[in-house]
Amino acid sequence: MSGMRVGVITFPGSLDDRDAARAVRVAGGDPVALWHAEADLHAVDAVVIPGGFSYGDYLRCGAIARFAPVMEPLVAAAEGGLPVLGICNGFQILCETHLLPGALVRNDHLHFICRDQRLRIESTDTAWTSSYDRGQEIVVPLKNGEGGYVADEATLDRLEGEGRVVARYLEVNPNGSRRDIAGIANARGNVVGLMPHPEHAVEELTGPTTDGLGFFTSILKGLVEA
Amino acid sequence: MTRHTDTVTDASTTPEVEQPYAELGLKPDEYQRIRDILERRPTSAELAMYSVMWSEHCSYKSSKVHLRQFGDKTPDTDALLVGIGENAGVVDIGDGWAVTFKVESHNHPSYVEPYQGAATGIGGIVRDILSMGARPVAVMDPLRFGAADHPDTHRVLPGVVAGIGGYGNCLGLPNVGGEIVFDPSYQGNPLVNALCVGTMRHEDIHLASAKGVGNLVVLYGAKTGGDGIGGVSVLASETFEDGGPAKRPAVQVGDPFMEKLLIECTLEVLHAGLVEGIQDLGGAGISCATSELASNGEGGMHVVLDRVPLRDRTLTPEEILMSESQERMCAVVRPDRIDAFLAICARWDVDAAVIGEVTDTGRLVIEWHGETIVDVPPRTVAHDGPVYERPYARPAWQDELQADAPEHLARPTSAGAVRDTVLRLVASPNLASKTWVTSQYDRYVLGNTVLAQPEDAGVIRVDEESGRGVAISTDCNGRFAKLDPYAGAQLALAEAYRNVAATGARPLAVTNCLNFGSPEDPDVMWQFAEAVRGLADACLELGTPVTGGNVSFYNQTGDVAIHPTPVVGVLGVVDDVARRTPMGFRHDGDLVVALGETRDELAGSEWAHVVHDHLGGLPPSVDLGAERALAEVLTAASRDGIVTAAHDLSDGGLAQGLVEMALRNGVGAEVGVPPGADPFVTLFSESTARAVVTVSQERLGAVLALAAHHGVPATVVGAVGEAGSDLVLTGVYDGDVVLPLAQLREAAEATLPALFG
Repeated sequence: MSGMRVGVITFPGSLDDRDAARAVRVAGGDPVALWHAEADLHAVDAVVIPGGFSYGDYLRCGAIARFAPVMEPLVAAAEGGLPVLGICNGFQILCETHLLPGALVRNDHLHFICRDQRLRIESTDTAWTSSYDRGQEIVVPLKNGEGGYVADEATLDRLEGEGRVVARYLEVNPNGSRRDIAGIANARGNVVGLMPHPEHAVEELTGPTTDGLGFFTSILKGLVEA
Repeated sequence: MTRHTDTVTDASTTPEVEQPYAELGLKPDEYQRIRDILERRPTSAELAMYSVMWSEHCSYKSSKVHLRQFGDKTPDTDALLVGIGENAGVVDIGDGWAVTFKVESHNHPSYVEPYQGAATGIGGIVRDILSMGARPVAVMDPLRFGAADHPDTHRVLPGVVAGIGGYGNCLGLPNVGGEIVFDPSYQGNPLVNALCVGTMRHEDIHLASAKGVGNLVVLYGAKTGGDGIGGVSVLASETFEDGGPAKRPAVQVGDPFMEKLLIECTLEVLHAGLVEGIQDLGGAGISCATSELASNGEGGMHVVLDRVPLRDRTLTPEEILMSESQERMCAVVRPDRIDAFLAICARWDVDAAVIGEVTDTGRLVIEWHGETIVDVPPRTVAHDGPVYERPYARPAWQDELQADAPEHLARPTSAGAVRDTVLRLVASPNLASKTWVTSQYDRYVLGNTVLAQPEDAGVIRVDEESGRGVAISTDCNGRFAKLDPYAGAQLALAEAYRNVAATGARPLAVTNCLNFGSPEDPDVMWQFAEAVRGLADACLELGTPVTGGNVSFYNQTGDVAIHPTPVVGVLGVVDDVARRTPMGFRHDGDLVVALGETRDELAGSEWAHVVHDHLGGLPPSVDLGAERALAEVLTAASRDGIVTAAHDLSDGGLAQGLVEMALRNGVGAEVGVPPGADPFVTLFSESTARAVVTVSQERLGAVLALAAHHGVPATVVGAVGEAGSDLVLTGVYDGDVVLPLAQLREAAEATLPALFG
């Protein structure tokens, strides 16, 4: 699987970019740093938009990042099938760009929350979840202040009907997300947005589990097979 | 409207002008001293600079004579790369790695405006670490509030926690530990201390000095605004009086996004070799940065104040000099490197302006609109402030307090009463689970957090290849310090030292944040002098040098001072973090071994506090030799991989320690009171130099031999149960105490959400 190049975008205020790069490396890929101000994807095979507070989350989470120069080629490539994973702030950015439907709003309890979260993988038909078993339960860190996923009922029904709910919260809904949704995919399955942080669950030493590794091995496996 | 600026020429020609030195917090003799130094009256800008730099907060004028002991009693160590006096001390942790860490107070701002006060406390300490050339890698916050059910605690705590989370999370720094303590003595005087740790290679260490005549002085980061003017002189150096004017304008407002950019930008210019000297802007703002840089360097600097980027164009030069606007740094850069420096700032969207240059005049000269408004020897501003030998005396009430020993307090005498006492202590605010607070902090970011709260110490991986890392813990029991400040400071050190060792780290160095009442009160000054003497003596004996720290005085409302609270942070090194020892019970059948000696020591204990609201007697005895021996056992056991868990015993004694070990992974244990021992004393005494470890049957011999080798008493007291099993205490007077984990968890976890959720 070596030689697979996975870009990790750094915006001003990105925080989990090193972690995402580490997760790519642990999974066996080569992380490539992408810079927000450069409209160039450097021919990577996939892209991770990491967590953090791009532009301080000022105005609205992800609202400024969507206008960064790097987003123009990214959106075009994603529409052409490039695998893209947006984690936390990355999920918010993907919603702002309309690559994914819906939005993320302030947690219903109004506090930032950091916890080890149990999830169920609902779909393995995406570029980022093919390594998992359908219905598999995993535990990965969750940490957000604005992680409540919302969309209108018709959109939620469509996501459910098309099997585009990628992961769902179990035991505790930590932020008030509609229908316990933790992550969704686009229709093609190459673009995934996820509020919890799989990149923080790739090493036994530093994560609650290594359950998050599957997102990164999925993409590398998919690229090899493609 | 134009305003006449008070120039040096004016000051020379109008010596009789009345100046508002008292409003700026200067005493008459201090003002006279400034006139003597300058041989004229100061200009209003000079007065502003001296007033902030000679404040208690910046000059340590009341504490200096005592703090010298930390230098005089430095133990023999080759670990110290940079000692006291710089922005933060630097410690060698091996393999070419260096670590810098420091704790600071932001108590008064957090009382006035909890969110911004706590947030900018994080921001300030992070810049201290950054200015040494290190990448900040973790934070932790030792916090103290009034009684948990007091209305002011409800006003302050949620804002403080949200501020720490809001700033620290947005900076991308894991919060890995700290303390939350409730006591009525902190009502109206919450303590919000912030610790940051940073890592770097030895060759990356930078210092705050302006060297090289002709080099440029660059101010970069946020624009300067009108916030935090006089924060250190007005806010941090005076007590709050009922009915006094609102002091909100003196609190700074933080922008963590700008701080994050400042971190990345600063590390980039440092690593590119573009910086000769660097200083953060915190208390006293530009006054502090320019005078300290100049004083530490060639001795001269010329600054054109008009070049400072402003958020508010109406600011006067005095206000610009005093402003404590956050997220600013000052660097000294060679002229041939300035373009590269400014290019990196631009890449990070960070404003930067060349505001002056290094000179060899021995004077700090500042001009405004073409006229000289400051012309002073920088050392007189930065380092030669007043020094006070404040009078101190053992308080009249100290003997009476120490005589009021807890022996007369009713103790439980049955298994049922012990059970009730355990549950009551578990649910008490000081011992209850702090998850409601810590779940608002990101502990995962950067991906190097190996242990975080509620573990004994935060453990951070420094080198991903070798696994080398550090452990940090902060501790202080203010009740012990009230009973005996000398012993109390030593006990704070002993607990932090023990906590670090419990994770398997070798304790290496110390930082401290000394929180006390008014230094103008001889009782308080005695507490301070005793605490410093105690801490310095103990650091010498334990071989852990003080690398730096902070003093916060005036933590009192009216005549009532807080408990003396010398918070001590200990940093240890772990050769391979994969070998760290966590605290929770894990394996069914592992043996539970108690290390150390338990005596009848209940004065100042959580039991006396919670059950009897009693504070009196003498705190647990200090035995630093025993602490050192215990730490050697714990670190060797971790290195050799012969224990499966370790937990320090302190607040709440053995009973609380066992509850915490059981709740950590949801695994119970059966533990017996040793035959002939007093069950109550065994379970609730807070004797020091003790820990509990768990060990497999096969390794028991090795652990007992290790303990014997170091002269540490070791007793097998029980065995770990299976997942979900009860915690059972046997031999407790007339029977056993059975504590189902669900009931313990409910008791531990309900308290804080019920109070603050």
